[in-house]
Amino acid sequence: MGLTMAEKTVGKPIKRTEDPRLIQGLAHYVDDIRLPDMLHAAFLRSIHAHARIKKIDVTAALKLPGVVAVYTGKDTQKIGAVPCGAAIPDMKTPEHKVLATNKVYFVGHPVAVVVAETKFAARDAVDLIDVDYEVLPVVTDEEKAADPKSPVIHEQFGTNIAYKLTAGEGDVDAGMKAADKIIKQKILNKRLAPIAMEPRGVVARYFPGEQELTLWTSTQIPHLCRTSVAVMLGMPENKLRLITPEVGGGFGSKLNVYAEEAILGWAAMQAGRPVKWIEGRRENLQATIHGRGQVGYVEIGCKNDGTITALRYNVFADMGSYFQLLTPAIPTLTGLMLSGCYKIPAIQMNVVATFTNKMSTDAYRGAGRPEATYVIERAADLVAAELGKDPVEVRRKNFPQPNEFPFKTATGLFYDSGNYQGALDKALKMADYTKLREEQKKARKEGRLMGIGISTYVEICALGPSSAMPAGGWESATVRIEPTGKVTILTGASPHGQGEETSFAQIAADELGVSVNDSTVIHGDTAVVQYGIGTFGSRGLAVGGVAVYMALQKLKTKAGKLAAHMLGVDAGTVKFADGKFTSPAALSKQVTIQEVALSAHLAKSLPEDMEPGLSASSFYEPKNFTFPFGTHIAVVEIDRETGDLHFDRYIAVDDCGKQINPMLVHGQVHGGICQSFGQALFEEVVYDENGQLVTGTLMDYALPKAAMLPHFQLDSTETPSPVNPLGAKGVGEAGTIGATPAIVSAVVDALSPFGIRHIDMPIKPETVWQIIRKNSAGAA
Amino acid sequence: MKKTINVTVNGVTHQNEIEPRMLLVQYIRDVLNLTGTHVGCETSLCGACTVMVDGQAVKSCTVLAAQADGSTVTTIEGLAQGGELHPVQAGFWEHHGLQCGYCTPGMIMAAAQILQRNPDPTDEEIRHGLEGNLCRCTGYQNIVQAVQCAAKKMKSKSVAR
Repeated sequence: MGLTMAEKTVGKPIKRTEDPRLIQGLAHYVDDIRLPDMLHAAFLRSIHAHARIKKIDVTAALKLPGVVAVYTGKDTQKIGAVPCGAAIPDMKTPEHKVLATNKVYFVGHPVAVVVAETKFAARDAVDLIDVDYEVLPVVTDEEKAADPKSPVIHEQFGTNIAYKLTAGEGDVDAGMKAADKIIKQKILNKRLAPIAMEPRGVVARYFPGEQELTLWTSTQIPHLCRTSVAVMLGMPENKLRLITPEVGGGFGSKLNVYAEEAILGWAAMQAGRPVKWIEGRRENLQATIHGRGQVGYVEIGCKNDGTITALRYNVFADMGSYFQLLTPAIPTLTGLMLSGCYKIPAIQMNVVATFTNKMSTDAYRGAGRPEATYVIERAADLVAAELGKDPVEVRRKNFPQPNEFPFKTATGLFYDSGNYQGALDKALKMADYTKLREEQKKARKEGRLMGIGISTYVEICALGPSSAMPAGGWESATVRIEPTGKVTILTGASPHGQGEETSFAQIAADELGVSVNDSTVIHGDTAVVQYGIGTFGSRGLAVGGVAVYMALQKLKTKAGKLAAHMLGVDAGTVKFADGKFTSPAALSKQVTIQEVALSAHLAKSLPEDMEPGLSASSFYEPKNFTFPFGTHIAVVEIDRETGDLHFDRYIAVDDCGKQINPMLVHGQVHGGICQSFGQALFEEVVYDENGQLVTGTLMDYALPKAAMLPHFQLDSTETPSPVNPLGAKGVGEAGTIGATPAIVSAVVDALSPFGIRHIDMPIKPETVWQIIRKNSAGAA
Repeated sequence: MKKTINVTVNGVTHQNEIEPRMLLVQYIRDVLNLTGTHVGCETSLCGACTVMVDGQAVKSCTVLAAQADGSTVTTIEGLAQGGELHPVQAGFWEHHGLQCGYCTPGMIMAAAQILQRNPDPTDEEIRHGLEGNLCRCTGYQNIVQAVQCAAKKMKSKSVAR
């Protein structure tokens, strides 16, 4: 038997290397960290949405056995403000202190923190803190908040308007004038809660001798969080070590810097003992960022043949009462993606961003882009309905052709590559669309309510070029081959469920001719890993993975030079394949990458000017974003008697460019679609008129469960990205972006015989039942 | 007033003095240091804390440790036998039934219970059986596949016996 080529792993559904610890309960999340002499913290949070703090009495709390300290806003004045990394011209930024001092602005606003010997004592003491509040009038509606007659939240501004922004290119007025039809629709993207299954949590430990603070925190951005907390605490950044152990989901909610992270660090320094705080689910719903929160008005102009001439989107964007890390930036992402996958000559977005007496909004999976896709896809459906055309026809009419890429939009972007027809055709074929429409006709004749919803989406991923990112958009990687030949990969893109330990090891396996298990991927410890950005914005693979690939190329270049030296041949003649260096100049000889690694470390004989060791780093800066796309089709049947929605089929064809591990890609798409079902049908953060959070537990905030979802039928097309050498585009948010409009569209389509053209999310059976009842013959 | 309890967890019998208000999940995690069982909601909705008590899958955040006195408890750490993964664990690994892994231990315990009661479930039965367990990452589809895979493994094992 001859020598077999080492089998390539990229493109294969390799089982995850991180799973054995996770399926056996052997992984370590923040709450699993136990340190000697550890204290426990608990927060007192505001029960009012808007109130002046007249007095706080902590006497009784301090007397409780086991209580070590109680801190209020007066005690933590030296801690710097919670940072906001986004900047919009002329925006008003309220100072966001870590604890409320004079006023509370939302239910859940932290007012005091107790540090105690046990978590029981800490929680008991919280109940003994007496706060005298003067309750103030409340504003919770993002549109009403802009009304000058509404109560002003941050008095120093004299208004609740945080900023106004107009974005887009082209002459929208001319486009509307040229239109045969103009269609207008109010569109809601309600507030959602990200609900990572692992709530937030922090453990802080301070060594006064070394003056070193270590923070274990559940975050998507270890290095950015370290920098921010160091600034907040006024300590040297290089004395703060931040470790993210296993992270139990993020979905954007842990792409942030929270007050609790700084307070815990500070409290550990005060106590001289480690302190732990684990967020409860109720706290998570109150005081971890929410997503979405847009009340919008879309206006779309079209010709009678379906050609879109202009789009305007006027939107009130709900900021909540403060800015978190990226709060004001989220609506700008909506503005970027309003063109969808269509040629629209003129687009304008007018944002009024308002403060409300609610928790801050920020990045929740998709972060501004699901809103845009929902708006443009709903608008495309409205055009089809107005013109009596098939929604597929309207979409085809406005697609750019594959040879038109890079495609410039009127929102100022250059889409890297795409074949929107290809994905649409594939999805239509999977669905047997023509037959489906015939079935629908038949169903309607029988009095059944069947609907077909289509969404053709494009999204912006691999965030992103540093020029467009608040804190740099590059990513880092270091690859080392250790003396024994094992490979160590350090990535700045700290993951939280994406499977990077496997996919990055696959990239290394193919590049180095080693096995996936020969590599270990280390992330999330700022004392070990070089500075990095993190995992969000579908960038883990398409930026972080590319950094690994780049570092591997540098490493191979050095290894090749050393191999040539070892083979005694000219470096230019050396070839590397299957983990071995060979040269036509020395046919009988070969050296393995492992032998080269050992030689590099022993350093007995190195080429002139070569340093010992075998390690390379890359700080990869992407030239552009990437633009994955696809088509989703949902088929629904509605129970006339109950309004219940039965999704019989769900088809998704996604194109995320080159796939490293298709199993992980499918997993991302499944999860994204599930969250779309959540937004479309179940989820909504509800505050009442007094600003009380009605959806304060998982009893009230409805997450999708297994039995509420159909089987997803997935396929893909592959249009490689020209932006990076892997050709990968990213897939983390695709499902959440592409699916929501398809689901809503299906329900609207089912009810279209009643003249229905739009229904707001979440579409609950009651709403549907009311529509059926109102429109049925014999209705009262 | 503290209370003394005797509980056998993963085959080891423990005697501890506990506060009467201590939850079973706190006992498992904080007294026994078995941290594979997670807390996700504290209101018995998410199922991350699911363990077996006397062969029944229960949400350990809604049971007092005192109530488990005299019971036999199996946690995720006790599921693999002799270094061999339980078929449900193996199924989750093979079918990518987990991403962040936080809900996974509870999900696996609940799935194991489903298969105990119904060795040959339909996809729909699995979905209904998992209604007490929330996952935010996977969209459940691969979890359903994982449980089906485990069912097959268990069947072929019992045939082999």
